[in-house]
Amino acid sequence: MSSGIGLLTVFVLAVFVGFEVVSKVSTTLHTPLMSGANAIHGVILVGAILVTGHAAGAVQVSLGLLAIVLATVNMVGGFVVTDRMLEMFKGRRPPRADSAGPAGGPKS
Amino acid sequence: MTKQNWADLVYLVAAVCFILALKGLSSPKSARNGNLLGALGATLAVLTVLVTEDLRHVALILVAIAVGSALAVPTSRRVPMTAMPQLVALFNGVGGGAAAIVAFLELKATGGGFPLVAALFTIVVGSVSFSGSVVTFLKLQEVMTTRPVVLPGHPVLFGGSLLGSLAVGVVVFAKGGADSASTAAAAGVVVLALATGVLFVLPVGGADVPIVISMLNAFTGLTVAASGYVLGNVLLLIAGTLVGASGTILTRLMAQAMGRPLTSTLFGALRGGSTAGATTVGADRPVRSASPDDVAILLNYANKVIIVPGYGLAVAQAQHAVRELADLLQARDVEVVYGIHPVAGRMPGHMNVLLAEANVPYEQLKERDEVNPQFATTDVVLVIGANDVVNPAARQPGTPISGMPILDVDEAQNVVFLKRSMRPGFAGIDNELLYQPNTTLLFGDAKDSLTKVISALKAL
Repeated sequence: MSSGIGLLTVFVLAVFVGFEVVSKVSTTLHTPLMSGANAIHGVILVGAILVTGHAAGAVQVSLGLLAIVLATVNMVGGFVVTDRMLEMFKGRRPPRADSAGPAGGPKS
Repeated sequence: MTKQNWADLVYLVAAVCFILALKGLSSPKSARNGNLLGALGATLAVLTVLVTEDLRHVALILVAIAVGSALAVPTSRRVPMTAMPQLVALFNGVGGGAAAIVAFLELKATGGGFPLVAALFTIVVGSVSFSGSVVTFLKLQEVMTTRPVVLPGHPVLFGGSLLGSLAVGVVVFAKGGADSASTAAAAGVVVLALATGVLFVLPVGGADVPIVISMLNAFTGLTVAASGYVLGNVLLLIAGTLVGASGTILTRLMAQAMGRPLTSTLFGALRGGSTAGATTVGADRPVRSASPDDVAILLNYANKVIIVPGYGLAVAQAQHAVRELADLLQARDVEVVYGIHPVAGRMPGHMNVLLAEANVPYEQLKERDEVNPQFATTDVVLVIGANDVVNPAARQPGTPISGMPILDVDEAQNVVFLKRSMRPGFAGIDNELLYQPNTTLLFGDAKDSLTKVISALKAL
């Protein structure tokens, strides 16, 4: 799967999945969506760990560790802050679960 | 199966988690679980790389992760709701920075060709995203001015640094990326790209900052995808691409809401001050201001009230007060809905998040297209800390917000503005609506004013 064409295939398919999944998000959730997507690209942490784990030399290792710290802040902070935003949508849901429209769209 | 097969299998699971996370975020019911699923996927991926790869410096790596978590968790737990946009901008920036460092360290290993191009792309775009996000953060935190900043010769500086970073990138490519001269040149690419990011965001001002956050978010996604290609890691490729795609859609939606092409949002100030602020004539023109009691009476005898919140609501933390007022009015058989402009506040959906915190029911939140036909039959519109999104100047050509679809508040019988001062909105233009005969102004902090209106209403 690490061949160029294989990765290109994955890339193109992921573009379509990304558009498809996200194009239905209601305005209400745009901020959490941006924040959640932001947290997901924090997975660059995996890349930072790989590079640091194979680094030789003090400068390379230090740079790698810096990348790990930054990526962790992105990932962990991103998920926590998104959860905090979404926490506020909770609590009101159960009593209104049947009166709100499906998928929370703006219904009158 | 080999270790690598197992790792790839778990990465597939994590990738599915990310897709389901984004899907979950599309509905309020599943959003929180979606986010947790995303966090689960990320955790799985990190554990997998730690377990299956033959890594050196593992202790240091774990310490670095602990340091990062120790920085991130308290900050994101304690930050006030008003500061969310800049925090997201900052998190996005450090992600871009991390991607740029990863690509920088991988330069040698790419062995030239497309992987080297992808690594250079990541270095340039990741650095732009980092410095651009930092400037966005400083603007939103109001450490620096929120107005557009245009340096002398700005277009030349911007174009020069961008072309310079690309040109030095070509040098690195020609050298193959492996020798020490390549490394030095790549460091030059980083410096020039950082400058490009700063120069890119400086001239963006006013209400356009959220669009930039969204766009830089998409940028960082693409750098993560490119890093995935460089490292031959499918998970990074999928996750980065998903974010790139979602960020692009969100950016487009927001630019559409502003009613003008993305290019004029980003480069308007450079092309001769379309964001510079139009007329400020009439600074001394008479306005009608009222007391909280007057407003309470007006509201009490209305049949229908539309509340239009803006950034001022967030600043004053007045979301609970506004809900109390709405409840009180509804108890007196006044119909109350909220008119939410897509770019009210400083992020898309900013107002929805704030009002959700105060437990305002979804059904009362109306989007622009739905609420606009209702203004003509509305007795009182209560504009709380919003300005540009209701400014009729948007309907005339030649102003910074020309063409932006607004809420047609001026069609209502009465308009009540809760404002701190006569200061113009974020876009820096005077609002004609303030001087109209059916407009009433209630000066003061939004929360104080609302509390006074509520007690006046209770006394009626």
